[in-house]
Amino acid sequence: MQIPAPFDYERASDVANALALLERHGPESRIIAGGHSLLPMMKLRLARPEWLIDINDLAELEFIRREGDQLRVGALTRHTALLESTDVAGLFPIIRDAEQVIADPVVRNRGTIGGSLCQADPAEDLSTVCDVLRAQAVIRGPDGERIVAMSDFHRGPYETAVAQNELLYEIRFTIRPRSGSAYEKVERRVGDWAIVAAGAAVGLSEDGTVEEAAIGLTAVGLDGTVPEAEAVLRGQQPHEDLFVEAARIAAAACHPVDDQRGPVDYKRHLADELTRRVLRRACARAAGAQEG
Amino acid sequence: MTTTQEHAPNPAAGDPGRPIGFGRLQRKEDPRFVRGKGTYIDDIVLPGMLHGAILRAPVAHARLVSIDTTEALAHPKVLAVITGKDLQALNLAWAPTLSADVQAVLVTDKVRFQGQEVAFAVAEDRYAARDALELIDVEYDMLPPVIDARRALDPGAPVIRDDVEGRTDNRIFDWEIGDAAETEAVFATADVVVAQEVVYPRVHPAPMETCGAVADFDPIDGRLTLYETTQAPHAHRTLYAIVAGIPEHKIRIVSPDIGGGFGNKVGIYPGYVLAVVGSIVTGKPVKWVEDRSENLMSTSFARDYIMQGEIAATKEGKILAVRTNVLADHGAFNATAQPTKNPAGFFSIFTGSYDLQAAYCKVTGVYTNKAPGGVAYACSFRVTEAVYLVERMVDILARKLDMDPAELRLKNFIKPEQFPYANKTGWVYDSGNYEPAMRLSMQMAGYEDLRREQLEKRERGELMGIGVSFFTETVGAGPRKHFDIVGLGMADGAELRVHPTGKAVVRISVQSQGQGHETTFAQIVAEELGIPPESIDVVHGDTDQTPFGLGTYGSRSTPVSGGAVALVARKVRDKARFIAAAMLETRPEDLEWEKGRWFVKGDPSAGKTIAEIAFGAHGTVALPEGIDGNLDAEVTYDPPNLTFPFGAYICVVDVDAGTGHVKVRRFIAVDDCGTRINPMIIEGQVHGGLTDGVGMALMEIIAFDEEGNCLSSSFMDYLIPTAMEVPDWETGFTVTPSPHHPIGAKGIGESATVGSPPAIVNAIVDALAPYGVTHMDMPCTPARVWEAMQGRARPPV
Ligand SMILES: Cc1cc2nc3c(=O)[nH]c(=O)nc-3n(C[C@H](O)[C@H](O)[C@H](O)COP(=O)(O)OP(=O)(O)OC[C@H]3O[C@@H](n4cnc5c(N)ncnc54)[C@H](O)[C@@H]3O)c2cc1C
Repeated sequence: MQIPAPFDYERASDVANALALLERHGPESRIIAGGHSLLPMMKLRLARPEWLIDINDLAELEFIRREGDQLRVGALTRHTALLESTDVAGLFPIIRDAEQVIADPVVRNRGTIGGSLCQADPAEDLSTVCDVLRAQAVIRGPDGERIVAMSDFHRGPYETAVAQNELLYEIRFTIRPRSGSAYEKVERRVGDWAIVAAGAAVGLSEDGTVEEAAIGLTAVGLDGTVPEAEAVLRGQQPHEDLFVEAARIAAAACHPVDDQRGPVDYKRHLADELTRRVLRRACARAAGAQEG
Repeated sequence: MTTTQEHAPNPAAGDPGRPIGFGRLQRKEDPRFVRGKGTYIDDIVLPGMLHGAILRAPVAHARLVSIDTTEALAHPKVLAVITGKDLQALNLAWAPTLSADVQAVLVTDKVRFQGQEVAFAVAEDRYAARDALELIDVEYDMLPPVIDARRALDPGAPVIRDDVEGRTDNRIFDWEIGDAAETEAVFATADVVVAQEVVYPRVHPAPMETCGAVADFDPIDGRLTLYETTQAPHAHRTLYAIVAGIPEHKIRIVSPDIGGGFGNKVGIYPGYVLAVVGSIVTGKPVKWVEDRSENLMSTSFARDYIMQGEIAATKEGKILAVRTNVLADHGAFNATAQPTKNPAGFFSIFTGSYDLQAAYCKVTGVYTNKAPGGVAYACSFRVTEAVYLVERMVDILARKLDMDPAELRLKNFIKPEQFPYANKTGWVYDSGNYEPAMRLSMQMAGYEDLRREQLEKRERGELMGIGVSFFTETVGAGPRKHFDIVGLGMADGAELRVHPTGKAVVRISVQSQGQGHETTFAQIVAEELGIPPESIDVVHGDTDQTPFGLGTYGSRSTPVSGGAVALVARKVRDKARFIAAAMLETRPEDLEWEKGRWFVKGDPSAGKTIAEIAFGAHGTVALPEGIDGNLDAEVTYDPPNLTFPFGAYICVVDVDAGTGHVKVRRFIAVDDCGTRINPMIIEGQVHGGLTDGVGMALMEIIAFDEEGNCLSSSFMDYLIPTAMEVPDWETGFTVTPSPHHPIGAKGIGESATVGSPPAIVNAIVDALAPYGVTHMDMPCTPARVWEAMQGRARPPV
């Protein structure tokens, strides 16, 4: 029963209307999607928007669609929908891995992929997932639509390429043959934010060598993926020694901080341990030995 | 007598699955709870009611320079802003605690912990009340805080309680028990001595419902009605009378449905007093309900004991003595709820379930700049800390002796023929039969197979641990000659009325916070009178409706009030005999009792049921001399001794060697709480307590940074376990009735909270044995487990 500061509220009828409302109410207006990041901050009075623009009626923003070599996911797609989608599970098992360990069913029923990415919490799981899958963000604003690569989307903790008068519209994932991906998180309790999590995606060539690799880490102050670690794998047959080497590089590249979840050395150890685990699993999945 | 059989269904009941008295019975209170029809404090809405909110200190230690309330008072919906100065004028700025100390209701001189109450705003709605807090301007002059209890007694440490005349340090008390010299002699000659610092960190009860009150002061007749989240309504009434000077007969305390207490709702919090003051000042009812952060930051915590443990034994594994030196962090005010003569509660039960030659302990209580409290969270008056200490020490000894921990315990148990058993710290254990409970738990667990599996796993580098704990509690205080809280003897009353049609109402002094009193106490009356529990209503939680008594905590409801209820029912039964005799025109001595009815010896067809007798009592039958025309009675029960429930717990964990993550795979709990009234309620209590135990063992801690900022002020940071962290509980029982309790019951409310943390930690330490780990402190978070595996286990404080 924590109580937010006073605010006003409007419900958008479509995307154009949402953008118009953002324009009308100015810098102190905020989009509200699932509300599972914004409302807790408002209740603690850490966030004090004067206007909330509710986009929950915008069915046009809630979709998971396969089109050509892309999977397109609307920004208002709920965590639960991602978790339950067979397309997602088949094409990008990393998303399902991550969704299984994001919060709890109550939060997942409301929370959205758009809200997660726009919140850009350093411990947020889907940001790492999207980085690793080298996703693209489709952003709509008063001047129309623009497409931003994940590497440009993130601008540091709690900051993204989405301007105050813009809306994240959809996320696009490119479907590649012979690919596999995985995510693993260590948490103090189910539903807690990550102490550390790691994600990896690989694409194999026909002869089974690694063509494309991406490695990401959550909650350890890493910007984007780890190119030096990915380079170790590229052009090689997947092998435990390479996983060990790539994990070592990834662990060295991150910047964990000491907090209630654990000290720096433990987090670095987890970055190493989890990177090895997800590389193993991603490669096995890519080689067609997909688990359940 | 010890049995492993459940109470046989009563053949007198129409449906053998639904006994008249004791036995499995669905809880009478549940239909309203599962339909969302309970009435909790926040459901209470009175006409014209206002809302209060508390401004809390953002820092741990600071002199209060000034408070400016002008802007807040100018808020159109704000009716009053109360500060420490205003309370000083009413002589209410400080209130006595339950431990012979005082606590600031609102800060007057200086802030002593982060989250302390600074001002109280009363407004038309709770939003405005909160907004008003931001308009209060407070100036603080920062002081260095005392956060680490180990530094609290350093020469030159800032003196926290400079409000007390002549105080020059932060020492609250030194308390010792047992024979130091005798213990030293045993230690000096023992083959084996092991020592270990064992820390039970500060945790919080975190009841789902936070604390709150609705105060309604009637200025015309000076009557105060106070709805409160309290586990002890009668004790509160007396304290308000003493503190606020309102005559006791003009005070009515109502404790409605309570959403969990665990000791968190025993004391009187500043918020309650402020609601009362707010109502007096505005002339309207005032509601105050704290939020989650306020609950975690300012209300009664639990534990915070740093224990230096030592255990002495022969090389064959005969335990000889236990000794400990404890540093107890009580926070900024000594506000623990405990009997007056027991500043460390019942910690002296640290001798455990073992037949020792000597034992000694010393406890030093200190002030720190942290929230006050201390005995809460299935409080058990520090039995929790004591059991944790001895059960960790016994495990460490087992490792040292290279003995199986279950075998070591079996070897040292107090034998059944030694009961009643006087231990070395002054307790007389009423009854016990430990070995069958231990053996049953091992059998349920498949102990030998588990040890074999563990060996195989170890060879593969997998970490599996098996933890054992065996606990004996001391619960159910009084007797009143030994135990009181602020001078009030720890006895409880009960009143029973049987209405003319044979339906009954029993009024009790204790208040339920989820324990199922409305069912259990009806079953006790049902068992004694032979009328079905559905025909008996239990009234509690309203001082105008119930007899005096000290309340529900320390697992005392069944041991004390349960005794009162059984005795009051027997009193009614005895009276019914006289009335039945009059009705049957025979002598009372010629009547015989069978459940529900008095009948003429040798002529079972001539008899009267309780319902018939009740009607007779209120009817026209000529009653014998000295018997009034009703079927009512009342008693106040002063128990002759405490009761000593016990249990054997076994926990199996798997630890991920790469991440340090612990999974509790199995948990076997065998409890002996004496006579089992409603096994379903017992199992519920055990399940809840075991879940608590998983929380404390794996994740819970109220942590502070060096400045005294509370780092655990929301459920994001203060983690409590979910269904995902707990296994399917495997419960079993033995029955060793208490010889002195009217129905042989001992209490079950805290057994599992007491017994489970050591079983879980013992299992984790066992799993980490290949890494040479012999001890680690709670909470066993992945990071802390990993550190222990690196040989760097560290205390949490
Ligand atoms: C108890 C709990 C546990 C959690 N645990 C985890 C966890 O383990 N891992 C994890 O990753 N997350 C976790 N979360 C966060 C959860 O996933 C949130 O749902 C998510 O971060 C935000 O999504 P939302 O739709 O609720 O966003 P909201 O709270 O509605 O919005 C968040 C921010 O994004 C902005 N925004 C939302 N949608 C758009 C849009 N389409 N365009 C532009 N801006 C937009 C809002 O203005 C706001 O600033 C947890 C949350 C809770 C409450």
